[in-house]
Amino acid sequence: MTRSDELARIEQFLYREARYADEHDYDAWEALWTDDALYSVPAGGDLSGDQGAQMSVIYDNRNRISTRLAQLRTGKRHSQTPPSGLRRLISNVEILGREGDDTLVGANFLLAESRERGTEIWAGRVSYRLRLSDGDIRLAAKTVLLVNRDRPLPTLAFLI
Amino acid sequence: MLTRPDYGQLIKPDRVHGSLYTDPEIFAEELERIWYRTWVFVGHESEVAQPGDYVRTSIGLQDVIMTRGADGQVHLLLNRCAHRGNLVCEAGRGNSRSFRCPYHGWTYRNTGELIGVPFNQGYGGKAAIERALSLARVPRIGLHRGFVFASMAADGPDLAEHLGEAAGELDRLARLSPDGQVELTAGWLRHRTRANWKLLAENETDGYHPQFVHGSIFSVTGSPIGSLYSDKSTAVTRNLGNGHSENDLRPEFRKIGEPMRWFGTTAERVPAYVARMRAVHGLAAEQILVEGAPHVMIFPNLFVAEIQVFVIQPLSVGECIQHSTAVQLSGAPELNRRMVSQSVGSVGPAGMLLADDTEMYERNQRGVAMRQPEWLDLRRGLARERTDERGLTIGTATDETAMRGFWAHYRSLMEAL
Repeated sequence: MTRSDELARIEQFLYREARYADEHDYDAWEALWTDDALYSVPAGGDLSGDQGAQMSVIYDNRNRISTRLAQLRTGKRHSQTPPSGLRRLISNVEILGREGDDTLVGANFLLAESRERGTEIWAGRVSYRLRLSDGDIRLAAKTVLLVNRDRPLPTLAFLI
Repeated sequence: MLTRPDYGQLIKPDRVHGSLYTDPEIFAEELERIWYRTWVFVGHESEVAQPGDYVRTSIGLQDVIMTRGADGQVHLLLNRCAHRGNLVCEAGRGNSRSFRCPYHGWTYRNTGELIGVPFNQGYGGKAAIERALSLARVPRIGLHRGFVFASMAADGPDLAEHLGEAAGELDRLARLSPDGQVELTAGWLRHRTRANWKLLAENETDGYHPQFVHGSIFSVTGSPIGSLYSDKSTAVTRNLGNGHSENDLRPEFRKIGEPMRWFGTTAERVPAYVARMRAVHGLAAEQILVEGAPHVMIFPNLFVAEIQVFVIQPLSVGECIQHSTAVQLSGAPELNRRMVSQSVGSVGPAGMLLADDTEMYERNQRGVAMRQPEWLDLRRGLARERTDERGLTIGTATDETAMRGFWAHYRSLMEAL
């Protein structure tokens, strides 16, 4: 596979992951993750410390991803009842490195969220750890660095 | 003279008026009569552990720098240059012996003294201007178990008087550390909330809402928390006086009688911690480990919910910020990481508990702006309140005893001369 073929394939995966999140397709989104998953949204400006010892907006292992999605599926997660209207753009996609079997990918995103409260614009940098498994790309880690992570944030109850 | 709101007409024993949450004039009066007068939580001394450490915090709308001076003491300074009022400190935290205003280079020691003015001949020399001006210092600072409180009023009740019966709840939290020390060092989440600050303060010890607001997460995780706040629960809601209140869950945990149950674990899973507690406290350790941590709202802005600490920062009549962090117990490394993990799952903008509370606050704020029926009802449990052996008013786990205590104190502050 040429590098441009690989990049195109990765982009298609990222777009699909974004679409599942935008459309609240919780089952399809959950199926993208590996068993050692990490879904993370750090808080604050200083990212040098041990993230597991510090407060984060989200720091979910595979088990907690399941819990989060199960809560959403009850239909009684008030902060997502009704679900936010969401659409996001993913751009500036780059393959940044390899670690063992994993491919490290970076991208930027811009997301509009509509709720009765108003429309929020969310933006930031996403780092993905992707793994090829049985011919499919799977998501081993996703870290979202919001541009405003060091400021007070409104409720973030959807899948970012 | 302008007429002031008649708080006796807005606050009744069994109801409060909706305008208390929506009227900008009332918010302006709260700043003067509550936030700039009574004791307000500003931070924990573990946040400024070393000389030179500082963090930016707030008292009402005032931007405040909490510092640790070379003298080892905690100092609170208003973040406003004495020259032209510019902010002297931009960073949220750091370590520095001084603050240099970026506008004209005036420099202050981290205890407030002016120690440098460029081109000082314009002021008749260095000494004259440095003697005349300084950063403003918050008039009174008080510490209890490392929790730092401040009062913008030079006179008034001291901190011990203000905390009253609530002080014992902070003691109870600190006692869960083998070293007797709480640390708030895991960093703060900040959650922007479009609601009046009092909706949050009232909700913190409202034992009526958990099954409804948090039913989605309780059902998914099989959490036993919901039943602690039910009609059958033996837990009590206690008015601690001075606007403070608690949900006292100890009767339920005593009934179960298992150490560490309050933390959703067992003694076997955290053996080193339990061993140290038994070594430190001897026979008393069992009771401490069974009863667990407090669930206490300290008027007007500090809430300890077992393993989490919340701070309410008002911004305007319809907006505030919730700050939240995990309790860290000195000498309990086995617990600390778990407390961060549980807290991250529960609190903050994406928290599986707090995002839903916040949704309620924001809808509630829109609701109270409706013109009818004008009042919010507070009568739940009024007819079955009792006085406990300490002489404090208690209700059942789901009664609105705490809110009535909040409002009685609020009214006394707003009516004070």
